[in-house]
Amino acid sequence: MKLSANQYPQEAARVLREEPQVRQAVTGATLNFDGKRRQAYAEVEAEAWRRWAEGVKNHVLMNLDRYLEEAEANLRRNGVAVHWAEDASAAQRIVAQIARAGQVRTVVKAKTMVSEELGLNPLLESLGLEVLETDLGEYIIQLLGQPPSHIVGPAIHLNLEQIRRLFHQRFQTPLEASPEALAAVARQRLREGFLRAEMGISGANFVVAETGTLALIENEGNIRLSTSAPRIHVALVGIEKLLPRFSDLSVFLSLTARAATGQRLGTFVSLIQGPRRPGEPDGPEEVHVVFVDNGRSSVLADLEAWETLRCVRCAACLNACPVYRQTGGHAYGYVYSGPIGAVLSPGLVGLEETKPLPYASSLCGACFQACPVRIPIPKLLLSWRQRAVAEGLTPKAEAAAIRGYAMAMTRPWAYRLATRALRLLPEKALDNTLLPVLRAWTAGRAGLSPSPKSFQQLWEAGEV
Amino acid sequence: MKVSLFITCLADQFFAEAGVAAVRLLRHLGCEVDFPPGQTCCGQPAYNAGYWAEAKTVAEHTLEVLEAAEYVVLPSGSCTTMLRAFYPELYRDQPRLFARAEALSHKTYELAEFIVRVLGVRQLGQGLAGRRVAYHHGCHALRELGLRQEPLALLQSAGAEIVDWPAAEECCGFGGLFSVKLPEVSLGMADRKLDTLPPTSQVDCLTSTDGGCLLHLAGRIQKRQLSLPIKPLASLLWEAVQ
Repeated sequence: MKLSANQYPQEAARVLREEPQVRQAVTGATLNFDGKRRQAYAEVEAEAWRRWAEGVKNHVLMNLDRYLEEAEANLRRNGVAVHWAEDASAAQRIVAQIARAGQVRTVVKAKTMVSEELGLNPLLESLGLEVLETDLGEYIIQLLGQPPSHIVGPAIHLNLEQIRRLFHQRFQTPLEASPEALAAVARQRLREGFLRAEMGISGANFVVAETGTLALIENEGNIRLSTSAPRIHVALVGIEKLLPRFSDLSVFLSLTARAATGQRLGTFVSLIQGPRRPGEPDGPEEVHVVFVDNGRSSVLADLEAWETLRCVRCAACLNACPVYRQTGGHAYGYVYSGPIGAVLSPGLVGLEETKPLPYASSLCGACFQACPVRIPIPKLLLSWRQRAVAEGLTPKAEAAAIRGYAMAMTRPWAYRLATRALRLLPEKALDNTLLPVLRAWTAGRAGLSPSPKSFQQLWEAGEV
Repeated sequence: MKVSLFITCLADQFFAEAGVAAVRLLRHLGCEVDFPPGQTCCGQPAYNAGYWAEAKTVAEHTLEVLEAAEYVVLPSGSCTTMLRAFYPELYRDQPRLFARAEALSHKTYELAEFIVRVLGVRQLGQGLAGRRVAYHHGCHALRELGLRQEPLALLQSAGAEIVDWPAAEECCGFGGLFSVKLPEVSLGMADRKLDTLPPTSQVDCLTSTDGGCLLHLAGRIQKRQLSLPIKPLASLLWEAVQ
């Protein structure tokens, strides 16, 4: 996927200035999701579930080699072809090869973030294939030529009016069509696609090592159709998506649904145990699992960032994030946005390409409280900031200012001097300053006015 | 009980009267208050920006200044979190400094937290009867220190009414350097806070334990020409005993 994360500050400002409807749409939708998530957590012993899920995921990650081999063996036993992709181009080659061998002309896609990460759609289209996104939100943004702006709700940045206009232009629906009528039009087209397609591409929420089971959660039924109607099913799976035992699903399926949408369980849960067996009337003839690394091994080897690999892509942190709510996901410039994107993306594609992202947070901590697997996002944001400083990726003026600050704050006489100087400035001097930091402050806020005497001055004058 | 006040740089410079109120309140509650000389900033700006070497020099200075204190009380949830949670984090690879940071961590409290959890006081007087107060939960106070009921209970016990505010627990967008690194996003967050308040005719003041949040919100309130007075929590609590 095209990477423009280094433009985050400019893009965030631009979205707020030029597309105010995005803030409104995203704020409304995420507050709704977040409220439902809180209710769904409150129904269960969420703290215990979160700690347990964290423990299971940590165990998988600490023994990933073993579980990957176990998963591979059990998938093969189930008749699934297993492929290993070290990076995006390897994954692209594998999928292209499967498509060629199967004489595929049309591909239906269930929502998968890893396929966005791998840039799969442009590749398939360049091979002359028709690619149809089948999640309603994904379908809408595919029509618009946009990437997803949210991990679970890819079109969350759009409002009903925009979708009405889009469908009016593309499918001649009336401008005042109801959401149900719009969905019916999309459904009609998607159904035709499901029947036409030779290949379905999905991700997977979990792969159970013990049984070689693919687990997929959804609400629209498009994943079930994409993985069962076409002749060939290809599942793209990040190597971190494993669970050791089948029984682990009992908590993970419900916890993920609660975190993502506040549901007790997704409307559809598909547990896939391989291709159609002799005598079975339907299901794909071939099932392929492509295990994707694409930077994950190096994240796993990182003494701090490895914790991001617990992520189950529920987007609860996006929904809880007041920073994400201002702009939605596109401003972040990479497939994974919001708090998890800010700590995951530097690990996957490098800090140099994503350096504003760890600063896209006020460190309020709402993300950590929402996360079903307790990823310490604020701590990891700080860890990336530290590395940005250590690698000289921060502005020189900022580094100098911080050095000056530390000098003053370790010398009480300098602090006193600054206290006095602040009070000798003419009134409003802080408003019209040339200092960029103060200009940024006063652009949207009234100027700073210090207390007539500092507390320290009052104390020393015996006025306390 | 002997209490050392760590005023914090923002309160020292911008909310001196809140510091005075905190001292008077603590004395009123029977504490002997001192003000360890030489104190400056807790170091959080450098810590949050990723400049841990600089953060450590400032933290070491503060460790020294507060070494002899029995209790340290701050009129700020964020700076309390810096001393309590982040100093030990800074020194996780330096055992001696870590031990000193841990010692400070265990004796450090935010003002309302100290009053309720250490002094065991839940009732301050009736000085806030009929006052309609919007309480902004600072993020560190709420999510790091776990302070939700303590400040509200003290205000309510003095007769204040805490107004219904859907975004009371959301970040205001201050975030230290965040407020000037991403000013548009920061202001969007402030506006979300202010836009979800009841009409200003139904609120007498907005308060919080954190000076940074108040400075940011006050600046935005003034810029938008809203009529909503800002009062630091310490000042309100001192009024409560009047």
